[in-house]
Amino acid sequence: MLTKDRIVPSADFCQRVEALSGEKITRCNQCGKCTAGCPAAYTMDLGPRQVMRAIQLGLKEEVLQSPTIWICLFCQTCSARCPMGIDVARTIESLCLMAEAEHRKPPEKEIELFHRLFVDSILRHGHLWELGLGGFYNLRSGHPLANISFVPKMLQKGKLRLLPPRTGRGARMRDIFARAREVEAARHKKGEV
Amino acid sequence: MSPATYAYYPGCALHSTAKEYDVSTKLVTKALGIELRELEDWICCGASSAHTISRPLSISLPAHELVSAGKQGLPLVTSCAMCFSRLKFSSKEIQDPETREMVGQVLGEEVPENQEVNHLLEVLSREEIPVTRSLSGLRIACYYGCLLTRPAAVTQFDDSVENPQIMDRLLQRLGAETLDWPFKTECCGAGMLIPRRDIVIKLSHRLLYQARQAGANCLAVACPVCHSNLDLRQREMRSRYGDHFDLPVLYFTQLIGLAMGFSPAEMLLDHHFSDPMPLMREQGWVKKG
Amino acid sequence: MSRIGVFICHCGRNIAEPVDIPAVMEATRAIPGVVYVDENQFTCSLPGQDSVRRAIVEQRLDRVVIGACSPRMHEETFRKALASAGLNPYLLEIANIREHCAWVHGNDRPAATAKAIELVRMAVAKAARNQALFPKEIGVTKRALVIGGGIAGIQAALDIADAGHEVVLVEREPSIGGRMAQLDKTFPTLDCSACILTPKMVEASQHPLITLRTCAQVEAVRGFVGNFEVDIKQGARKVDQEKCTSCGICWQKCPEKVPSEFEMGQGKRSAIYIPFAQAVPAIPVIDTEHCRYIRYLKFNEDKEEGKAPPQCRICEKLCPPQAIDWEEEDSLITEKFGALVVATGYKPFDPTVYEEFGYGHYPDVITGLELERLMSASGPTDGQVLRPSDGTPPKTVVFVSCIGSRDETKGHSYCSQTCCMYMAKHAILLQEHDPEVQSYIFYIDIRATGKGYEEFSRRAQEEAGAQYLRGRIAKVYPKDGKLVVQGEDSLIGRPVEITADLVVLAAAMEPNTGAAEMAQRLSISYDSDHFFVQAHPKLRPVETQTDGVFLAGSCIFPSDIPQSVAQGSAAASKAAALLNRDHLVTNPMTALVDPLKCTGCLQCVAVCPFNAVETQLSREQRTLAVINEGTCKGCGLCVSACRPGAIDLRGTTNQQLLAEVMALW
Repeated sequence: MLTKDRIVPSADFCQRVEALSGEKITRCNQCGKCTAGCPAAYTMDLGPRQVMRAIQLGLKEEVLQSPTIWICLFCQTCSARCPMGIDVARTIESLCLMAEAEHRKPPEKEIELFHRLFVDSILRHGHLWELGLGGFYNLRSGHPLANISFVPKMLQKGKLRLLPPRTGRGARMRDIFARAREVEAARHKKGEV
Repeated sequence: MSPATYAYYPGCALHSTAKEYDVSTKLVTKALGIELRELEDWICCGASSAHTISRPLSISLPAHELVSAGKQGLPLVTSCAMCFSRLKFSSKEIQDPETREMVGQVLGEEVPENQEVNHLLEVLSREEIPVTRSLSGLRIACYYGCLLTRPAAVTQFDDSVENPQIMDRLLQRLGAETLDWPFKTECCGAGMLIPRRDIVIKLSHRLLYQARQAGANCLAVACPVCHSNLDLRQREMRSRYGDHFDLPVLYFTQLIGLAMGFSPAEMLLDHHFSDPMPLMREQGWVKKG
Repeated sequence: MSRIGVFICHCGRNIAEPVDIPAVMEATRAIPGVVYVDENQFTCSLPGQDSVRRAIVEQRLDRVVIGACSPRMHEETFRKALASAGLNPYLLEIANIREHCAWVHGNDRPAATAKAIELVRMAVAKAARNQALFPKEIGVTKRALVIGGGIAGIQAALDIADAGHEVVLVEREPSIGGRMAQLDKTFPTLDCSACILTPKMVEASQHPLITLRTCAQVEAVRGFVGNFEVDIKQGARKVDQEKCTSCGICWQKCPEKVPSEFEMGQGKRSAIYIPFAQAVPAIPVIDTEHCRYIRYLKFNEDKEEGKAPPQCRICEKLCPPQAIDWEEEDSLITEKFGALVVATGYKPFDPTVYEEFGYGHYPDVITGLELERLMSASGPTDGQVLRPSDGTPPKTVVFVSCIGSRDETKGHSYCSQTCCMYMAKHAILLQEHDPEVQSYIFYIDIRATGKGYEEFSRRAQEEAGAQYLRGRIAKVYPKDGKLVVQGEDSLIGRPVEITADLVVLAAAMEPNTGAAEMAQRLSISYDSDHFFVQAHPKLRPVETQTDGVFLAGSCIFPSDIPQSVAQGSAAASKAAALLNRDHLVTNPMTALVDPLKCTGCLQCVAVCPFNAVETQLSREQRTLAVINEGTCKGCGLCVSACRPGAIDLRGTTNQQLLAEVMALW
């Protein structure tokens, strides 16, 4: 059964998002130009404008649990056109990072899984190993045959590497990632992302 | 005239899915007397993903290349629009001394405050290109994608965010007709190719539809991600939307190469999924049959 | 030793509660020179003023200090009280113990009391050094100049002239009428704009006290209230106004056709033209940039290469009264005025900066003012609304509000006030023109706050069937000969796509070209958007900080017709009140140059915002600065800029300021 509890507006969440993103969310006057131009708005539960409104109202759960923040393509169309000069994409990026910092289960778990595997591939190889990323993604997401039809031609043309790229950057990457994690942990402790 | 030597950051795709972009880039620049010195220790910039997972990582990974180029004292050039965007974002972020210090801590190296970053399109648009084979007959929809022009304050790429002209003017000089079409900087779906293919197919379909409407017989792109989305997925678009495009999607470097007299084979035109060969035959650039 | 009386005001409880008044009075009694101290519930009340007057007489006071509210409130009141008791009004000093003390230190009574005592002590120190000052009287030139011949300027000119004063109305275009002349109908009554405007234009041109100067611009303004001297550049028409009979042969036969400014570039006019049929005056003007003969003359003069333009001169050959005058040149006229009314109006914002909307790129994306011309029976399409691209009548029309308004990145932060209403008007009129038209209006908020406006806006929705969608649009692009508009309906929260025949952008109103330069010429302030700044936004809405310069219409802020007319009349009443006086009293608290100390560096000239510093040669031929007491506002900038310390400010001398500071120790 659909229920809609009354909203109790609060300013805390908005202030936190403003601090993390460096964007002044209270400037948004809900004109909707962001959603109007967003190429992915058609598949979002909350359009970018509604995300901004939800932040203004302090609806932290709705925002951080919204698929929107993971569907965002970061194409920057909203940011480029916002009449109030708000970097909407940057705001959404900060929301993703907040959700990650809180170890939330993302509603678009496949997108988040893709991002994680992507970053993981960088950690392992220094470069992206496309075939590996695709393969692991297919296994973990439960679509083992997705996109497989392109693989033979791409392998044949040398457009996919059968084996992971041997860059010799393993140690360096582990180093960078370890320090990045340290920095991140320190930032999280300070309430930053 | 631009300096003739650049530090070259190919990015991951150019060593794999966008091999033809890398090959054509190298052949064309070499023929023009531009030296691209590939950074020896380059790593992935984090592309579509790192910035949603970790802010320190998303700024530090591209900064790694800024440091390397800085060490060589060369301006940096990349062919990939996504890498270009991440490099530009990173170089803007490290203008802030605190962020620069943080990145220095992650990389264990000092980070230069200012490192020039170019997209290959910017570099080649400044070059005099000797045309031995006019591209006349090609009606090209130049597709710039999202990340070359946006956000303008970060990329500082073209005077126009919505209707850039750099690629158009370059290809016009080679004899091609470029089309005035309204979707030059609309998104193709970018990195959603694997987790949300539906989005990519819908958005890329929209682009190809508009390009065909404008009368294009091919598209020119400057980004390997845009290329995969537009080139690879035309068959899926047909089964979903019934539109049979068969529109070749070429890297702008391949078009420059063709104009300079390289053969379609040298430009690896056979590496594409939407076959450009019928168009090449129509142009008389390869033998019929 | 002076005999100073001090009056401490309770201001009800405003001062008396946070400040210990008896303590202040006791401390004040101990100050040397103070011979009388009193208190009042309300010193500004009539009994309060009486007590001051009585004390002046009975105690033979020669200085008065009043500890009360800000001098901005009641300085004039108390000066009059002093004067009526026979004391020079400038021997008054006010200690602001309300705003500067009681109100800001309300929760700390001892501190507030201590500060009140110090403020009073400072005022006493200053008062002891106050000098009697005597205002001067200056004459008034009983003529007004109205700059700008739009509806606001016409109204101001008519009202001043009806009050019996001569008016010169300067307009830079060839006709008066302004933007209102371009409109088809007006909201919320749908009167025909020309029908209500042209009678006023004619009245202005025929009024015995009004002189029209069209094709004319104000070049320089000197002087001060009551005594302005203005240089007016009278542009050459190259048509003799005395001879011309407005027969129209010249503009009908002229072979050179150029886009008409009046038609917003949508129609053509000839190189010799009147901008529109009801133009006042109906004397044509030769556009020297496009006239073939003038281009020919210039070609020969500059010895340009290539083919010479034809000699043409058709207008001259055909003109029955032989009114064409190639010899006429621009001239400079200098005239004197007592009052100036500035009504320079607005221009529409140029939407080409919104590349995503394609204005200037797609012919069927137009502005509201362009639609006005398409709707107007005298417009380029004779009142038929047709698409600029193919001349077909549009059936689906999308209106977009806030183009350049409420946009801090590409436009202005302000709301242009009129757009919501004219979009509603357009939707109603389009429906009247063609009942099959469906209008869609993208808005952010509907702002319909005038009399009858909300009802009018409802009418657009309920009767004309306009579909209102709340949200900005993001993009317009062509598809199959039509335009696709991408927006959001933010009330339902879903992206919207409308395929339209015509897209009308409600472009913002911004100050007219050259507004900032005009403000500098007039020594009036302008804001960051280049609108002129009023002396007080509420209480002096048509005055400026420069006495004798008044404002009307959209040069203040985007205004609709009723507002512009009201402001025109208001500015006229202010100007007429000024011109009705035979003499003006100057503020005697002006700067004064000591010629012995002045080095003639003229830094004072550079800093003076009112052009009040003039120069003079001394007997030894040294350059000296001299303050024009009529123009000087007593702001003191020159005093602080003067390196040799040659300038002092009457009423606030350096010595007095020092005495105030010393009183703190």
